Amino acid sequence: MKKLLLSALIFIFSAFLPVSGNFLLAADVEINNVSYDPTRELYDEFNGVFEAKYKADTGKTLEVVQSHGGSSKQARTVIEGNEADVVTLALAIDITEIEKAGLIKPGWQKEFPHNSAPYTSTIVFLVRKGNPKNIHDWDDLIREGVGVITPNPKTSGGARWNYLAAWAFADRKFNHDEAKVKQFLKEIFEHVLVLDTGARGSTNTFVANGQGDVLLAWENEAYLALEEAPGKFEIVSPPLSILAEPPVAIVDAYVDKKGTREVATEYLNYLYTPEGQRIAGKHFYRPSDPAIAEEFKDQFQLKMELVTIDDPLFGGWEKAQAKHFNDGGVFDQIYTR
Amino acid sequence: MSYLSIIVLIPMISLAVESSGLGVRGFWDTVTDTRTLIACRVSFLCSLAGALVNAVFGLILAWVITRYRFPLRRLIDGLIELPFALPTAVAGISLTVLTTDNGWLGKPVFDLFGIRIAYTQLGIILAITFITIPFVVRSIQPVLEQLSRDYEDAGLLLGAGRTRVFFQIVLPEIKPALLTGFSLAFARGLGEYGSVIFIAGNIPFQTEIAPLVIMSKLEQFNYDQATAVAVLMLFFSFTIMFFVNRLQAKISRFTGEH
Repeated sequence: MKKLLLSALIFIFSAFLPVSGNFLLAADVEINNVSYDPTRELYDEFNGVFEAKYKADTGKTLEVVQSHGGSSKQARTVIEGNEADVVTLALAIDITEIEKAGLIKPGWQKEFPHNSAPYTSTIVFLVRKGNPKNIHDWDDLIREGVGVITPNPKTSGGARWNYLAAWAFADRKFNHDEAKVKQFLKEIFEHVLVLDTGARGSTNTFVANGQGDVLLAWENEAYLALEEAPGKFEIVSPPLSILAEPPVAIVDAYVDKKGTREVATEYLNYLYTPEGQRIAGKHFYRPSDPAIAEEFKDQFQLKMELVTIDDPLFGGWEKAQAKHFNDGGVFDQIYTR
Repeated sequence: MSYLSIIVLIPMISLAVESSGLGVRGFWDTVTDTRTLIACRVSFLCSLAGALVNAVFGLILAWVITRYRFPLRRLIDGLIELPFALPTAVAGISLTVLTTDNGWLGKPVFDLFGIRIAYTQLGIILAITFITIPFVVRSIQPVLEQLSRDYEDAGLLLGAGRTRVFFQIVLPEIKPALLTGFSLAFARGLGEYGSVIFIAGNIPFQTEIAPLVIMSKLEQFNYDQATAVAVLMLFFSFTIMFFVNRLQAKISRFTGEH
């Protein structure tokens, strides 16, 4: 019995060891970056570079702890007490939720350049090698025999961008005739073969399981798919798409509590330096600085026309959400029979 | 009894309370929505099919494991629990990869018969069958193990054929257990979300399951409507379970045991 107790004690202590070990080696300064899923590789690299720079400038060691997950779930963890110094999320509304909880001061979106979005992305088409179905623009999606893969806008944030980009195209094409725009969207969704619940699921369905002819995807995700399966896919950038601005913000309540405001600000500002911008570009996010974006002109189709969510057509996220995606909204009307 | 009421009744009451926020009218509109009803039908038919398949093949599996001695029997016996141990998402993804029209299993089936498995209702049935196999096997197994072979031998000696022995001696003995396994599998299949969404295709009116309707309402913080759909599902399940139980009670009385 004693032996058992002893070994149990040892077991419990050994479980704590790595943690206490960490304490001994802890950096002088530590900040927490709560981010969303596809930015993992970007911040892996960026944090290393910034930590080195911080050490060179101040002589102090810095550790940036990063965490990734679904954007709104991540926002919820911050609201519920995950003490993030900075948040770098997919959608402004997720940060607005944190603001509503009183942790971030209003006006955060003006705190950093370009609407506090150091990098942007857009929706593109991923097609199979050689583009056998000859898909170049949104109206090619509704051609006979074309199978489309997109996640469900009801359950996936990314899918809402797909939908809105198609809407922007149709609005232009049919000259604001909403009945025709709806009909166009309806036809697109009639061509959808599999409606996964999340963006990664759709990528998997298209890439690994070989379903469909075209995947509507984030530009950065599409490039990742290209890297993973070289020579099997191509990216098609439609002439018109939507501009996504994943914003960053300082979580005022937590930096003030921890005394990390200065380093957190410096961290986010560094995203806007040429070096930070290039790291974003390297990980397939479009740098917000036009000069640096130009350096990536072979990688990104910079001549695309990109509609923003704040365009009068949508009137911001909250309006778009209410009109299109809430129950009984336009998306539901499309899917009735 | 009080344990049962705490574990089962309280969540049910909270469901009812939560959905009552809609009012009678809103509740009725939600549960009579065509898309919701069709999703419920898909869920019921697919889990019914899955449970039926399991009732037959689970019985055979349990029979083989208890009655025959063969190499690796222990291992196979252990494998039965695998669907429980595996995270459902893993099960869903691997079944999908296996059965798409270019997967190991899916390609030959598609080439030979032109039948798609993944992203159709067949895929949903497959996932549910996989997930719920342990219920049937594990319900029947102990009964089969305890069933004395003397009865069967007596039957055979008295001149009954093997088929007759099975249907008139063995089956009545294991019927209650089989029914239990069947209804457990059926109920679990109804609620199964994790594995099914990967293989289902999730197209409204075709391969959208009721739990997905609930989930997408939850994603939009639409708790009232989500619980309304849940109440609807609960009502159907409860009715079915009630009749299965009645049936089971009848059979038990008939065989005079259990």
